[in-house]
Amino acid sequence: MDIVVMARALFGTSLGFHIIYATIGVGLPVMIIIAEVLYFIKKDPDYALMAKRWTKGFAILLAVSIASGTIVGVMISLLFPDFMEIVGQVIALPFQMEIFAFLIEAVFMSIYLYAADRLPPTLRFISIISVALGATASAILITDVHAWMNTPAGFNISPNGEITDVDTWAAFFNPSFGVTAIHVTLSAYMTVAFLIASIAALRLMKSKISDKERAYHKKALTIALYFGAIMSLGTAINGHETAQMLHEYNPRKLAAAEGLFETQSYAPLSVGGYTSLEDQRVKYAIEIPYGLSFLAGDRFDTEVMGLNEWPEELWPPLYVHVLFNVMVGIGSVLILIAFASLFWKHVLKRDFPGWMLAILVTSGPLAMLAIETGWCFSCIGRQPWTITDVLRTGEAATKSKSVGFLFYLFISLYVTLLFVTAFVLRFYFKRNPVSKDLKTQ
Amino acid sequence: MEASTLAITILWSLLFVYSILGSLDFGAGFWGMIYGKNEEKSASQIANRFLSPTWEVTNVFLVIFVVSVVTFFPFATTLLGSILLVPVALGILLLTIRTTFMVFQHYAGRFVNILRLTSGITGLIIPALLVSILPITLGGFVSYEDHYPRLQYGELFAHPTLYMHILFGISTELFISSIFLMDYAKEAEDWNAYHTFRKHSIWLGPVNIAVAMLTIGTFPTEASWIVENIQENWFAFGLSLLFFLVGYALLFVKKKDGRKGRARISVVMIVLQYAVAIYAYGSAHLPYLIYPDLTVTDGFTNPDTFYPMLIVYAVGFGILIPAFFLFWRLFLKDRRYLRQE
Repeated sequence: MDIVVMARALFGTSLGFHIIYATIGVGLPVMIIIAEVLYFIKKDPDYALMAKRWTKGFAILLAVSIASGTIVGVMISLLFPDFMEIVGQVIALPFQMEIFAFLIEAVFMSIYLYAADRLPPTLRFISIISVALGATASAILITDVHAWMNTPAGFNISPNGEITDVDTWAAFFNPSFGVTAIHVTLSAYMTVAFLIASIAALRLMKSKISDKERAYHKKALTIALYFGAIMSLGTAINGHETAQMLHEYNPRKLAAAEGLFETQSYAPLSVGGYTSLEDQRVKYAIEIPYGLSFLAGDRFDTEVMGLNEWPEELWPPLYVHVLFNVMVGIGSVLILIAFASLFWKHVLKRDFPGWMLAILVTSGPLAMLAIETGWCFSCIGRQPWTITDVLRTGEAATKSKSVGFLFYLFISLYVTLLFVTAFVLRFYFKRNPVSKDLKTQ
Repeated sequence: MEASTLAITILWSLLFVYSILGSLDFGAGFWGMIYGKNEEKSASQIANRFLSPTWEVTNVFLVIFVVSVVTFFPFATTLLGSILLVPVALGILLLTIRTTFMVFQHYAGRFVNILRLTSGITGLIIPALLVSILPITLGGFVSYEDHYPRLQYGELFAHPTLYMHILFGISTELFISSIFLMDYAKEAEDWNAYHTFRKHSIWLGPVNIAVAMLTIGTFPTEASWIVENIQENWFAFGLSLLFFLVGYALLFVKKKDGRKGRARISVVMIVLQYAVAIYAYGSAHLPYLIYPDLTVTDGFTNPDTFYPMLIVYAVGFGILIPAFFLFWRLFLKDRRYLRQE
């Protein structure tokens, strides 16, 4: 394979791996805070236990999250040096701020983890809030760099490639920063809520559990469903704003996402199917008339640009339509699952039957799949550019021949770590089951 | 002061902080392995007790260093990224294995031996990899093919300076960690561990100084520029040596209770020794980042970007100082933590 493809594959895999842990790292502290607050209000020790057990899980995953984050941070400089040369001149600020947010998270996580029993309650609460703030802030700040790559701003580039007229804050507040940052944050919160729901539902499906255990898992499931419902709805509303942002600042990406070739008003929205280059349309899709125009500009007569406005060499790969649909599809299904479950519980006031629990078990992995396809869509949808209309990926990548061997080395590392983390989590929670903790409560 | 000089000074400062924290981290891992399985178990416990809450913070300082290099000196990334791809990538690969396994050790007690072994061995290899970057910057190991820089592995591996640098890195790591853990053991009033680490500090100190001097002797011929600068800077290096001698002598001073060694002042002196040495070496390294292809001013970003970054540093560390203080009180001072069984 050629070096550019190898470099992209290595970095993409590293990011794809890191995102699993990073997403959990952003969302889980918020769930822990919710449990701590509920314990404070209701004085029900089950919530304290929840916070404690989630913290243990968080600590295990955080190790991989910090380590893989370090890999990603170092690897981007090594694999795409020419990209970092521009980043360093224009959008260095969020990179640096991110490190400090990360440092706050790391310091307070150690404090919360190893000194919780020696801290007064207020200080303990401040610690976990600092962890959550640090985690979310670092996600937002690193997303800023990603947003800037999609909609670069705050500099000019002279014909010989020199960067001039740098405006640090214009780069920081680039057009897609706001919507993208909210999207990343809400979707991370949502994903963790559904992961918790999955675990609770899985436990509730077991026939042999004590009433105390059942009550414990039901409480966890309820928190997760409420939080998941709110966050999934928020993600969807924000997704709509993202589409409008794309329409305004990144129309080529929107056209590729929707498989639209001809510029038109009253453009239909194609759901499902795949984009066919020969037929110049999305095949086997359900078409919602005027849907895309409405999505892009809140009016049916909004003119949406099609791919044929640009030369074909500037198109992203056409399969991004599928990635986009998987993300949006899962998002919609999750809203449905969350609200239907809450309706069942509160309006019908009935216990969840086995088939509903089974559906809930799938919600967490589905949410994670949506996160992965969403990131793939955003990065592949930007191709052939690393920085839209400024720097091509082929020019940014390293020319070192060692990339191939590093690729296989790191892939082995990631596969190993996925298995080892799963193993350690299982090992720990098997030895310390809820039933045991409930007895000593 | 020139903006670029200020930037490189910050960079050397971060390198200083990381070299101390990293030495403690990797060194503690190594001592934890050595004393994990025999009667001197308390030395291992002391090392691990220090390691558990601190590794995350240490790790972040490594990231701060890398990000600062790239953001302060963006024009250096192409050269640095190209020639350092393999050593740095291998370093972070091992670091990942180390940190994850170290945390897993807490939660999967049954596998403690293999995990302890990992932490100890990577505690030697990672510093060796990181310190091998230093000789690369001295000159003579980079060549160009079609204007593209490549590291000459053959020449690097055949040159004694690489191995002396590695030896220097490892002896520094072990010396700093043993003298620090001696003080940490004193704070925990674990006298058994105290004597173990004092014993190691006593032989490691002179070895470290001797290795440092020998390493300069092995510098490649292309590095005559830095050797000259070091000779001109003899005063600073002499001062560093003085701090070492004072700190080392304090290991033998008897206290009122009859125990030998003034651990706390001794540690402070040794930290000063390295601070002075690193700044002196850093100023001798000027004006080059990589000799002869890249100078500090060549690599430097534009001032418009630099000054906002300085403010971020000031605010960032400002916010973190209370957090570090709390951290110190909880893990380096609180007897309930230090003396737990």
